[in-house]
Amino acid sequence: MQHTPLYQAHMDLGARMVDFSGWSMPISYGSQISEHNAVRKGAGVFDVSHMVILDFKGTEVRLFLRRILANDVSKLQSEGQALYSCMLRTDGGILDDLIVYWLGGERFRIVSNAATCTKDLTWFREAASGTAVEINQRKDLAMLAIQGPQAREVVAESVSHGERCLALKPFFSTQLGDYMVARTGYTGEDGFEVILPAKNACGFWETLLKSGVAPCGLGSRDTLRLEAGLNLYGADMNESVSPLRCGLKWTVAFEGKRDFIGRQALCHELKAGLKDKQVGLILNGKGVLRSGYSVRTVFGSGTLTSGSYSPTLDCSIALARVPVQSERDCEVEIRGRWHDARIVKPPFVRHGKVEVDMLQGETL
Amino acid sequence: MSDIPSQLKFTRDHEWVREHDDGTVEVGITDHAQTALGDLVFIELPDKGGNFAAHDACCVVESVKAASDVYCPLAGTIVSTNEALTEKPELVNNNPYGEGWLFQLRPDLPSELESLLNDEEYERLLAEDNE
Repeated sequence: MQHTPLYQAHMDLGARMVDFSGWSMPISYGSQISEHNAVRKGAGVFDVSHMVILDFKGTEVRLFLRRILANDVSKLQSEGQALYSCMLRTDGGILDDLIVYWLGGERFRIVSNAATCTKDLTWFREAASGTAVEINQRKDLAMLAIQGPQAREVVAESVSHGERCLALKPFFSTQLGDYMVARTGYTGEDGFEVILPAKNACGFWETLLKSGVAPCGLGSRDTLRLEAGLNLYGADMNESVSPLRCGLKWTVAFEGKRDFIGRQALCHELKAGLKDKQVGLILNGKGVLRSGYSVRTVFGSGTLTSGSYSPTLDCSIALARVPVQSERDCEVEIRGRWHDARIVKPPFVRHGKVEVDMLQGETL
Repeated sequence: MSDIPSQLKFTRDHEWVREHDDGTVEVGITDHAQTALGDLVFIELPDKGGNFAAHDACCVVESVKAASDVYCPLAGTIVSTNEALTEKPELVNNNPYGEGWLFQLRPDLPSELESLLNDEEYERLLAEDNE
């Protein structure tokens, strides 16, 4: 089992640990719901050091990334700017989703999922072989996500030259000494993700906790991202699904003739017409929607790709793949019984505010 | 450390059983179980009058994370359920041996109670699971 530099800190806080793709990670430090609410109302910190940090450099790096990513790194106009992208197979299936940062010149950084680490590295290395692209996995770095309406202020007070990160716009990053501070996240709240030397991780963590930031586990990270309508790799998307079928068409840069891997397959898919789409669901009554449950609509059946209880809405919500014409009402099968649910457009919650209509049976 | 009251009986599936003078028993999940599940958000209680064999899944407790079956500790008939949990499932987290009880059962064979674990045996089971 692999440990992040904060493993002992998690144990000292009495965290419940789980095996997350071979990493021993905190699921919660007590109440998952309290951690969720801390991020919606104040600030919480997540240890996400299990995520994969890869640095790319070389004279052909831009060419390489424009071929291997479905989004286009030529959109990155300023140093430190970040871009969300899928990485596709030739058949359009999603190999992984990631954030790519332009570090300036011929240097880029990619942060991707822990569960897909080996697969991604193989894919990157094969594609880069014979080109002037150098790939370096940064196992010497740790990563913390500090999220919530008060998160940026606390981080700014906890790092040297913190005022510089307060000036960052969403999806921009800056290097403060050994720390890279990015205004990115996975919760639907404002905040930063900080990539720092592993040896500094414990000290920074302690400083944040002393400033009143709540330690948050992967459990609340999941309910926060679900409320924010953000996909989870391996649940809402995988190698058998293209970005067009899981709500990520906006992340594919079709402009121009750029020949990225998967382009042809996606163009064929668009031409043939999409049969299903990703939607949000709200369960009308009591119960909890879970990944894998069946959905039925008047247009046919679908599947829940992830579901849980929403602490902010105090009811159950889900992401689902349903026939493309589906709207308004549907039913979900929970343990052999069909329950009424309604179709909404994610996000459910953003910046602490409910973004979906909570009234049942209203006319859209 | 998990709370294990000495006056209760326990199952290997982390349910507890309290004997009443009228021959019925009250059933819930242990402190260890509620801690492992995390915040509970929905409880699907069994139907009153329902008859179950021992080890039948008769109730579902859902935490934010996952849905888990609760098994009937003894063969018997459900005589009442804790309706307060419909609105406040968190009672199971806050007070698993009191307000967080799940259902009451009239055992078919009161002698089956003998097969349950006492507090010391349950504590040993938890210690073994930990290894």
